[in-house]
Amino acid sequence: MRCPELACLALIVCLAGCERETRHFTADVPGPAYPGPRAQTGTVAGRAENPYARNAYAVNEGKRLFRWYNCNGCHAEGGGGMGVPLMDAEWRYGDRPVDVFTSIHDGRPDGMPAFGGRVTDDQIWRLAAYVRAIEGRVASATAPNRDDSLQEAKPETRRAGQ
Amino acid sequence: MSGLPLAAFLDTPPLGELSQDALRAAGPQAAATLALWWPTLALCSAVLLGILIALGYALATSGRAVRSAPGDLSSLANREPGLVRAVSVGVALSTVALLGLVAASAATDRKLASLDTAGALQVHVIAHQWWWEFEYLDADVTRRFVTANELHLPVGRAVELVLDADDVIHSLWIPNLAGKRDLIPGHTQTLRLRADRAGVYRGQCAEYCGYQHANMALRVVAEEPGAFTAWADRMRAPAAAPATPLAQQGRAIFENGTCAMCHTVSGTPAAAKHAPDLTHLASRRRLAAETLENTHDLLARWISRPNALKPGVYMPDQAYSESDVQALTAYLETLK
Repeated sequence: MRCPELACLALIVCLAGCERETRHFTADVPGPAYPGPRAQTGTVAGRAENPYARNAYAVNEGKRLFRWYNCNGCHAEGGGGMGVPLMDAEWRYGDRPVDVFTSIHDGRPDGMPAFGGRVTDDQIWRLAAYVRAIEGRVASATAPNRDDSLQEAKPETRRAGQ
Repeated sequence: MSGLPLAAFLDTPPLGELSQDALRAAGPQAAATLALWWPTLALCSAVLLGILIALGYALATSGRAVRSAPGDLSSLANREPGLVRAVSVGVALSTVALLGLVAASAATDRKLASLDTAGALQVHVIAHQWWWEFEYLDADVTRRFVTANELHLPVGRAVELVLDADDVIHSLWIPNLAGKRDLIPGHTQTLRLRADRAGVYRGQCAEYCGYQHANMALRVVAEEPGAFTAWADRMRAPAAAPATPLAQQGRAIFENGTCAMCHTVSGTPAAAKHAPDLTHLASRRRLAAETLENTHDLLARWISRPNALKPGVYMPDQAYSESDVQALTAYLETLK
């Protein structure tokens, strides 16, 4: 008779250990320090991990910021337009977390503005986590699946490449 | 989650200065609702009292069996006298009373809808997680202005609030003035009301809308038409350029740093629309949708660590130096 109750209890205990939705609000839980301008990124190659790569809340925040800071204006929901598409697999300036961070922070030639100092480094890490989801390279358990505005494309949870 | 915004509870303004009370109607809409509420309460109380008296009477007059006696099942064989009549009277009374309430409710609805809105002031209310944006509309677009979290209304003039939501469903509730109305993304609604008594009323979001739903309140200042016009003229003016070097330094940080990515200060390059308009921040009584008193110390703490005061708020914590915080605070305090 006690088995279902014990099973429920065990399930609840397991859920309490789930980190997927852990919300880091304050800057006391910062992302890794900015690895430095582009010239130096070679020295930190492959070392900087995005702290938010597996955090659904942070990826979702990245999606909100993608809209707020008008990334859509050039990247058009990842499809590309004036800016490069973000839905494809080959990225000119690299697709490692540190490359994405550097692209947003320092900008890139021919149009991508530098957002360093205009948005916080923590927000850049959230954006960097989200842009991987556009391409479908964030686990479906982590990727956002709803839009605050009109839905232009398949939800990130159902894109290819995961 | 640690770091509850205790400050939000500690410096709640004393009662009397600020009213959030549906039983103290300050306008015809709230008064009409109240006129329905009191009879409903009286009727329901009378029904409850009647039932309790009948129950007490039945308990008092029925006989008592001794504990060891077998159960008395005689009522199964002998029908209770007058049962049909008692049930019929009960059903009839309930039907009449409930139909009466339905009729009164419909009449109240008609009364609410019949508010004369000729020459009404139109305000576009946009709910955001977790603050209120107010755009005062005007046929002459150059006379429109935007403010946040503090809604000023002229006494005696009808107001039409055009309601929209930016992200999720919210609900606007100013108990002293009107009932609730939901704000739904992509679906514009209106709420018509009038304040007949000058005063300061508190309203809040009445639909759970996320982490800081509880700290999404607004202040409604109903004032004489002359005072309202003077306030609106002040709000229309762009921000004055800061005079002191410290405030000028703060303005430079504001415009070249992260602040201008979300906030507007009209008359300056800062023109983003994701966060409250700060053109006249210093004239507002409280910060962060009524969460904090607008004092020098709290403003400085809010600038550097908003998430310590209102966890989850979209304004990010930043590693400003103490002198930068003081400069930004000095600048924001010039925005009267």
